[in-house]
Amino acid sequence: MHPAPSVIVFTTLSGLGFGLLTFLGLGLPAVTGWVAFVFYLVAYLFAVGGLVASTFHLGNPKNAPKAFTQWRTSWLSREAICAVAALVLMGLFALGAVFFGGGWQPLGYIGALMSLATVFTTSMIYAQLKTVPRWNHWLTSALFLSLALGGGALLAGQVWAAMVLLVLAGGMQLAAWAGGDKRFRQRGHTLETATMLPGGTVRQFEPPHTGSNYLLDEMVYVVGRKHARKLRIIAMLLMVVVPVLVLFFTVDASAALTHLAVLVAVLSHLVGVACARWLFFAEAEHVVGLYYGKR
Amino acid sequence: MTALPERTDKKLGLVIDLDTCVGCHACVVACKGWNTENYGAPLSDQHAYGATPSGTFLNRVHAYEVQPDRGPAQTVHFPKSCLHCDDAPCVTVCPTGASYKRVEDGIVLVNEDDCIGCGLCAWACPYGARELDRAAGVMKKCTLCVDRIYNENLPEEDRTPACVRTCPAGARHFGDLGDPDSAVSQLVMDREGVDLMPELVTKPVNKYLPPRPKDDLDQIDVLSPFLQPVAEPAKGIAGWLDRVLEKI
Repeated sequence: MHPAPSVIVFTTLSGLGFGLLTFLGLGLPAVTGWVAFVFYLVAYLFAVGGLVASTFHLGNPKNAPKAFTQWRTSWLSREAICAVAALVLMGLFALGAVFFGGGWQPLGYIGALMSLATVFTTSMIYAQLKTVPRWNHWLTSALFLSLALGGGALLAGQVWAAMVLLVLAGGMQLAAWAGGDKRFRQRGHTLETATMLPGGTVRQFEPPHTGSNYLLDEMVYVVGRKHARKLRIIAMLLMVVVPVLVLFFTVDASAALTHLAVLVAVLSHLVGVACARWLFFAEAEHVVGLYYGKR
Repeated sequence: MTALPERTDKKLGLVIDLDTCVGCHACVVACKGWNTENYGAPLSDQHAYGATPSGTFLNRVHAYEVQPDRGPAQTVHFPKSCLHCDDAPCVTVCPTGASYKRVEDGIVLVNEDDCIGCGLCAWACPYGARELDRAAGVMKKCTLCVDRIYNENLPEEDRTPACVRTCPAGARHFGDLGDPDSAVSQLVMDREGVDLMPELVTKPVNKYLPPRPKDDLDQIDVLSPFLQPVAEPAKGIAGWLDRVLEKI
């Protein structure tokens, strides 16, 4: 699939933002006043920034309000509803924390749940697609959720939770890569099933047009395997290994050093997730590529 | 509403005869012409006269080569457009309700006034039947020429999809595949028509008729065994070499 920058930025930032909102909603940390203001500002910048970025890949964004109507069948519609519900609920909770000394905890719990639900619905947009075997698995949701929680814990300064959750997310990522590499073949999609032509081995003789088209640009992105392997290592190092090591060795350090360590860990994690998310799209093989002899 | 109907009154669709298609692309041109001049946003082209021309098409003709274990390969021209699936995965993913499957005839359509151009329906379709128009920013797909087939301003023989009407080889057939007695259903029965990518269980309405097996002609000239062989024994140095090498 084409790794569109808008969608990479969206899923990376909003995952982190809603992860942080989840922890803030749970009262971890239970902040008030100016400290709360800064925490919520960061969370909303990530979450809303991501959502705004996602509208850049729409061909016709003026109809966006209609995307709240089809929650019965569409995960994208459910995501829109969950995101707005989470932002409104957590906005009220933040209002209480910043101006009224907190204490509206039940609201925070519901807000945290909706924030996690938002990440889950985002993951299901991809996991539901049978046409992309690499994504069509529960590991996609497990990966998105564990990454959002790990990154959220990191931003919320929950050092031990962050270390455990990031290692968990790393495990999910490894499993998703290992399973995803084999799944297209396992599902048995071939040019023979795509064309159902009997009597022998089928190969593309001639494409329908000499030029490219929307389908090829959008769904038949091909990434070099050598680079993919290097990028996987870079992503894993920045996303999980560096943050966990930095946190682990500064656990008992002074407050200033811990803050610096968390900053380094957050930046490394952010770049790592963006890199992993690029691979998530670039490596995903859509079955329509079969018709173009590209699988 | 993007929920699929439980059942549709009719299942209008196409039957495409891969044995007959000659790969002339007339259906592609007719489709582009009709659907640019009529319902919805026109099918735009980008850099039509430049170095990298591309454009929106609702119907594309691929060409494949089938290589049997023995004997010569066979070329198959393979037109592909929306299959108007009964379990259309493109419809249910739509966040705005722009995509829908009609209860009365099973045609899958896009209401362009509601489409946000997110492209998710194109991702959900295994067949590459939906293309986002790069000029209009809305999703385009085969309408089964819904503005022809019911159009009483047209002479009756023109009330079929433009691709079917134009096909010079008679490789495309239009009708109700929900009615087992219809001509198209009979054709599918006789020729053992198939669904594309059946493992994804999208239950396409459109069917493809596989190419008939090629016949294998025997020797037809009864006299040929008695003719002189054309190859003659080599003479001179080549002949000497041939004899020497034969002995080694």
